[in-house]
Amino acid sequence: MRKSNIFLLGILIQGFLLLLLFVHATYTEKAAGPRLEEKREMVKRLELTDLCLFTEASYTRHLSQADLHTPFQSYPLSLEHFPSGSILQPPAMLKRTNGKLD
Amino acid sequence: MESWIERQRNILDFTLSSLLRRKGKNAALLSVYTLVVFMLASVVFFVHSIKKEASIILHDAPEMVVQRMVAGRHDPIPIRYMEKIKEIRGVSSVRGRLWGYYYDSVVGANYTLVVTENSQLAAGKIAIGVGISRTRLAFKGDTLEFRAYDGSIIHLEINNIISSASELVSSDLVLISEEDFRRLFGGSREHATDITLKVKNSKEIPTVALKIAELFPDARVILRDEILRTYDAVFNWRGGMMIVILAGALLAFIIFAWDKASGLSLEERREIGILKAIGWETSDVILMKFWEGLAVSLSSFLSGILLAYVHVFFTSSALFEPALKGWGVLYPDFKLVPFIDFSQIATLFFLTVVPYTVATIIPSWRAATIDPDSVMRA
Repeated sequence: MRKSNIFLLGILIQGFLLLLLFVHATYTEKAAGPRLEEKREMVKRLELTDLCLFTEASYTRHLSQADLHTPFQSYPLSLEHFPSGSILQPPAMLKRTNGKLD
Repeated sequence: MESWIERQRNILDFTLSSLLRRKGKNAALLSVYTLVVFMLASVVFFVHSIKKEASIILHDAPEMVVQRMVAGRHDPIPIRYMEKIKEIRGVSSVRGRLWGYYYDSVVGANYTLVVTENSQLAAGKIAIGVGISRTRLAFKGDTLEFRAYDGSIIHLEINNIISSASELVSSDLVLISEEDFRRLFGGSREHATDITLKVKNSKEIPTVALKIAELFPDARVILRDEILRTYDAVFNWRGGMMIVILAGALLAFIIFAWDKASGLSLEERREIGILKAIGWETSDVILMKFWEGLAVSLSSFLSGILLAYVHVFFTSSALFEPALKGWGVLYPDFKLVPFIDFSQIATLFFLTVVPYTVATIIPSWRAATIDPDSVMRA
């Protein structure tokens, strides 16, 4: 078999698998409807505000409810030290810069 | 047309043979390239899916949450605030929420305790999330011990385990009755943790928020839009680890492109010289290099994408888990819904395949236009 045929066959198979991913994604998305609805209903019923992704600290557990300076509350020079702090972005407000003072 | 196809296939045959002559080098290149695409695609798939899922799930989060701030910290809010908030025109309902954290020293985990309004839980009973059940090996009918604010021990019986389907929002939850909550944390019955409210007309939400802020200068108002925006911003590409991964991938591509654009090896230049000497045209050589770039980048791209999909949606992003888990003991066991679309694949394609393919052609064109004799003698 010619090398070009083997290569093109390989690319075709990979392309077909890529297409299958889209089919799988569409199917899974549809099948997940009731599961998403259940979570949504729970959020509504329990009045939850956040995803349970980072449970290591209160302000990473409830990102949207945390004060804007919680990492510094332990003491003024307390730097953010929780690992998930390296994933999260600081709130936009903290990054706002004012005019130069000098 | 047929001869054109045959010509392409012949050149492709030759290109593949040429690649196979440098097996080791090209296999290493292919693996690193695949790994870079895999990392990039994993980040893109994970971030997009979690953002989309968060926006769907949190769509029905409270419209507005009012917290009280004392000395810069979130403090219990007096229930009497609710009376004044109810009087604001446009507010349809107001409720005081009771929730808090409990640190379980047995397993070193933080639980989120929530009192529900319509809870069917009687005093002494709790419902727990699957994460707690898994960590404490506690099941329906078992009893968990909690140490109250005054040092007394409270035994609460597990009435129910919250469905594992909702683990992404409930893994660390303990649903508890108001009576037990107050026994556990003490505090005045005149206070709630915070206040949630509903507004009749969603267009009036900013106005109501402004009125609350004016009425209670010590209050902080959090709108649902802000909650949703939080999760949009959390996994923003500029955020923390995302930029580390993206910078790493970008650096790898710069090295690839530099390696290619800085010129060909002596062996490759000699090969081009021989090809030109036996009658290949400059365009043939460029075509060969185009196929070479495409063969390497396209196979790496497709393999990287396929592996990334399996990683994110079949293994629950196993490689990202240690980073996401951090020091948290309770981590939800969740499978993301694959919200992928063509634009993500197209973005990845233009970020990875196109630059590499172009980078392989430029030095080849330079080598192909010089005299074959001087190339072979070099």
